[in-house]
Amino acid sequence: MIQKSWWKILSVVLMVYAFTAGFLIKVPHVGNLYESIRNLFFHVPMWFGMMVLFIVSVIYALKYLRNPTVKNDVYSVEYAKTGILFGVLGLITGAIWANYTWGEPWSNDPKQILAAIALLIYAAYFVLRNSIPDIDKRAKIGAVYNVFACAMLIPTLWIIPRLVESLHPGGQGVDGNPGMNGKDLDPTMRIVFWPAVIGWTLLAVWITTLKIRLSLIKEKKLANA
Amino acid sequence: MNTLQIIYALVKKDLLLEIRQQHSFYGVLLYVVSTIFVLFLAMGSPEPEVWNGLFWMIQLFVCINAVAKSFLQESRGRMLYFYSIAGPRDFVLAKLLFNAILMLVMSLMSLLLFLLLMGNPFIYAYKFIGLVCLGGISLSLVFTFLAAIAAKAQQNAALMAIMGFPVIIPQVLLLMKISSTAFSSVIQAGQGQMIWLLVGLDAMVIVLATILFPFLWKD
Repeated sequence: MIQKSWWKILSVVLMVYAFTAGFLIKVPHVGNLYESIRNLFFHVPMWFGMMVLFIVSVIYALKYLRNPTVKNDVYSVEYAKTGILFGVLGLITGAIWANYTWGEPWSNDPKQILAAIALLIYAAYFVLRNSIPDIDKRAKIGAVYNVFACAMLIPTLWIIPRLVESLHPGGQGVDGNPGMNGKDLDPTMRIVFWPAVIGWTLLAVWITTLKIRLSLIKEKKLANA
Repeated sequence: MNTLQIIYALVKKDLLLEIRQQHSFYGVLLYVVSTIFVLFLAMGSPEPEVWNGLFWMIQLFVCINAVAKSFLQESRGRMLYFYSIAGPRDFVLAKLLFNAILMLVMSLMSLLLFLLLMGNPFIYAYKFIGLVCLGGISLSLVFTFLAAIAAKAQQNAALMAIMGFPVIIPQVLLLMKISSTAFSSVIQAGQGQMIWLLVGLDAMVIVLATILFPFLWKD
């Protein structure tokens, strides 16, 4: 599946579509969002991509714990790396959006804080890995921590932001930008939004597979040296 | 022996060790007393919000100091001995239980010291005491699991801090938010939900520790 090219072509097509249609279609006017609503096609797919990558990463971590091979470890690490990249991009696109709708890029909103914490938890994963010189031990402890980090995503990204007051859609007492809560997403936006989500996620997987191939070659060279 | 007996025996062993070689217990206690005394000299009796923030930050550092050593004090040979008499699940459950007890004692001690030195800003004192117990246990569970990981990585104190702080922030945020209601008569919505969330987090950590520790244990 990884070596096939159809999904890479699909990713390019969907990205081209998301970028052209995303900037050209007629968007509804919602609250104080005006044209910045188009950021929905870029900001939200980042988090979708990050979530998918982290879940794939934890699946490979579990696979490593059951069957310790270099391949499973490399897959787990690379998916987590690209996941962090997408998370950072999600924070940045969110900050740009917040600059125009909330008045400042970083307003210590619970959603922002908890997303940053989630990324820090994953950053600690790499610090932990790098602090262990022994390769097998590094992979094993890394896999254990990966499972733990993935479990911590549930409260930080899915539960706590919904319990506290936030400007971000989905929190309690949203009046920053109403009418954006998933269910009532405008139908014209939906036909761009979901292709954009799939396109960005496929792109993320593509980036990761390239990096996986690179590090597997490196491993092979190291083993043959 | 069944699981419960093994866990009981292991906890009893840790408690006996703690009672016989008192330097570690008193070491942490001294740490608690001196930090709170320094805070008292620096702040006097602060506003309720500051009081609350300081209290939980002190709990965080006390917990790191009290719990970090739990896996480090076990030498390689002794670990091998435990390996032969008990399963990894019993071992980690015993550690979680012992550290929860230790942290409970430490939390209540520091609460007492805070009340003595920095004034009593409560309106609902019992609620806060309950939260201190819950908070102490929550912190100790997370740090016990992280200490197990850090002990395997053999770079302990620094690694504990690096891994621990991001992981613990959600819990500390929740604790501060819930406990701030003990200082004012304003009723905050969704309090019960948050307490259940904390309990759920604790349960999650216990389950994860019992599932994942066997992998760490094998060498």
